Amino acid sequence: MTTQTILPVDAERLSELSQGSGEPGWLKDSRLQALALAAELELPKLEKTRIDRWNVNNYGSYKASKPLAALNEAPAAIAALIKDQEEGSLIIQQNSGVVYTRLAPELAAQGVIFTDLQTAAKEHGDLVQRYLHKAVLPGEHSIAALHAALWNGGVFLYVPKNVVIDTPLQAVLLTDDAEAAFVPHILVVADTNSSVTYVDNYVSDKTEAGLHNGAVEVFVGAGATVRYATVHQLGADTTDVTYRRAVVENDGTIEWIVGEMNYGDTASDTKSVLKGNGSSSDAKVIAVGSGSQKLNYTTQAQHFGKHTPSDMITRAVMRESANSIINGITKIEKGATRADGQQTEKVLMLSPKARGDANPILLIDEDDVTAGHAASVGQVNPEQVYYLISRGITRHDAEKLIIYGFLAPVVSQIPLEGLRNQLQSLVERKLGQ
Amino acid sequence: MAADFVIEGLKATIEGKEILKGINLQMKGGEIHAIMGPNGTGKSTLASALMGHPKYEVTEGTAVLDGEDLLEMAVDERARAGLFLAMQYPSEIAGVTNSDFLRSAINSRREEGNEISLIRFIRQMEAKMKELEMNPEFLHRYLNEGFSGGEKKRNEILQMMMLDPKIVILDEIDSGLDIDALKIVAEGVNSMRSPERGFLVITHYQRLLNYIKPDFVHVMMQGRIVKSGGPELAERLEAEGYEWVKEELGIEDETVGQEA
Ligand SMILES: Nc1ncnc2c1ncn2[C@@H]1O[C@H](COP(=O)(O)OP(=O)(O)OP(=O)(O)O)[C@@H](O)[C@H]1O
Ligand SMILES: [Mg+2]
Repeated sequence: MTTQTILPVDAERLSELSQGSGEPGWLKDSRLQALALAAELELPKLEKTRIDRWNVNNYGSYKASKPLAALNEAPAAIAALIKDQEEGSLIIQQNSGVVYTRLAPELAAQGVIFTDLQTAAKEHGDLVQRYLHKAVLPGEHSIAALHAALWNGGVFLYVPKNVVIDTPLQAVLLTDDAEAAFVPHILVVADTNSSVTYVDNYVSDKTEAGLHNGAVEVFVGAGATVRYATVHQLGADTTDVTYRRAVVENDGTIEWIVGEMNYGDTASDTKSVLKGNGSSSDAKVIAVGSGSQKLNYTTQAQHFGKHTPSDMITRAVMRESANSIINGITKIEKGATRADGQQTEKVLMLSPKARGDANPILLIDEDDVTAGHAASVGQVNPEQVYYLISRGITRHDAEKLIIYGFLAPVVSQIPLEGLRNQLQSLVERKLGQ
Repeated sequence: MAADFVIEGLKATIEGKEILKGINLQMKGGEIHAIMGPNGTGKSTLASALMGHPKYEVTEGTAVLDGEDLLEMAVDERARAGLFLAMQYPSEIAGVTNSDFLRSAINSRREEGNEISLIRFIRQMEAKMKELEMNPEFLHRYLNEGFSGGEKKRNEILQMMMLDPKIVILDEIDSGLDIDALKIVAEGVNSMRSPERGFLVITHYQRLLNYIKPDFVHVMMQGRIVKSGGPELAERLEAEGYEWVKEELGIEDETVGQEA
């Protein structure tokens, strides 16, 4: 039996909204088509997770946001994240709309585009239309379709050919009004031989139930490098469903760094499509689950190109009665000779009620490849605790050392110092230390 | 103050099976005691029971260090009270660097707000590592992870040197060490000899005792100390084995679980 998707908005209203905000006709049509699809499609099928029982219908409705006159007017909930960012490149989305945009002038001079996606659709329509919804397809399931129908605010980052950017561009996405739809779409296009680092943070500051339905699309051109770092720290009130996809051309590189530090139910899927020969992907996911969170984290690498290495690592700590399903899917298509797909999923459980389930999957249709996986689910080893406390360290500190030690091999590999420190303190907060 | 350590009537079980059957031993600061004995006679069990390994249950007896009964304390309290055990099989802990670990151990002995400064700590650690001829990279390696047998033993001695304990138990510190490493480790131990500190050295071989000269030698069998003497006892055991001791005492099977 199919469950009817509850549409949070009707076609007429959606059409009005699109026109009202001056969107081009192609975008209005794209939204309406996606809405029609949503009515027919089912929820995504997640391994061992009944997402149909989650709070996935709390979209709220579109509400215009008031732009910030200056950065120091930003809500207190995100103050720490935007400290000292006056001179940087930064976008802030608050609820349904972007309220602050700044692109460093030297980047603008090189032709870099960094603006909210709604503006980009008007000002760079051809470029946006060429890529929007081409990596996460609206036809995949009802959540992707509703995302394509309803997305708001968002980020568009375009890096022209041969432009190499050293300082990270940042975005902060805040939901602090439960009635306002929060459906940001991030679109990154890195042209041939360019290089860029993008870092964003998802934050909530409210108590009523809400939903974040997010999609991220990254197009990595030939020889380009994109480092995409994202930290989700949404509160228990917010259910988070996020799809991230990168499509990588010849000799391009995508590097994902994902911090899953939410307090609410979370499903995320981070996938690299290695389309070009010599393209590569590296994904690192750090997660801490607490309370009664239901979590489903997936990393995927799909190899089409020859000589394509991929590596994905997820390390998750589960405390209290958090329940996590962790999937890794390496898919090597026929013809992707010399592909090398590696993955590791590890879960450390801190309480008898915490649950972790690691599912490594290798799907290989080509002979001339290498692939490997490692998965483990376990508890803090009492022998290790004994060893540490036998040196005078208290039990509490010993367990802390072991937990951080579990995450350290991944955290220490994060190339951005600020992000590394931020993740460290978020982990501490989630572990109640 | 010179350490004063008295074990009386110590009995311990593991999974309900009695392994230690009444150990009596007195040690003072400045003294080195060696414990020898065939395999499976309870030597490591004695060390673990004193340290407080959760698998061992002490059923009777006391172990009093400077007037305080260690057996009443949690494991970390025993360590902070001055007990140190260099383990026969040290754990490996990925993700925790040797230096973070040792700094936490040192700071656990200090008041909050009075932690050792990073620079001082690194200097101390580097100096001790040099004495033990350890490559400075071991500072940043994960704790014992992938260490060779000998490297683990050196790392145990490094910890002992950094933590300045009152009573040191060395459980087969010589196993897995090459001849040069044995000398280096023994020198490390000898450099720590002082009138304040006592050592309990568990070993199978006279070789170690050539470098670390014991004042007393005890033989364990069947979970008890069955014979004690001076350094000459170790030499005789090295030359003749344990048969004569068993004969003298009328013991047929020396392992625990057997009664004389
Ligand atoms: N879980 C257990 N259940 C039953 N017996 C055990 C258990 N663990 C240890 N023992 C037994 O306790 C006895 C003493 O072991 P212990 O490790 O103290 O010997 P040891 O004197 O240190 O020997 P070695 O010289 O080989 O190191 C052995 O017979 C051992 O098999
Ligand atoms: Mg032993």
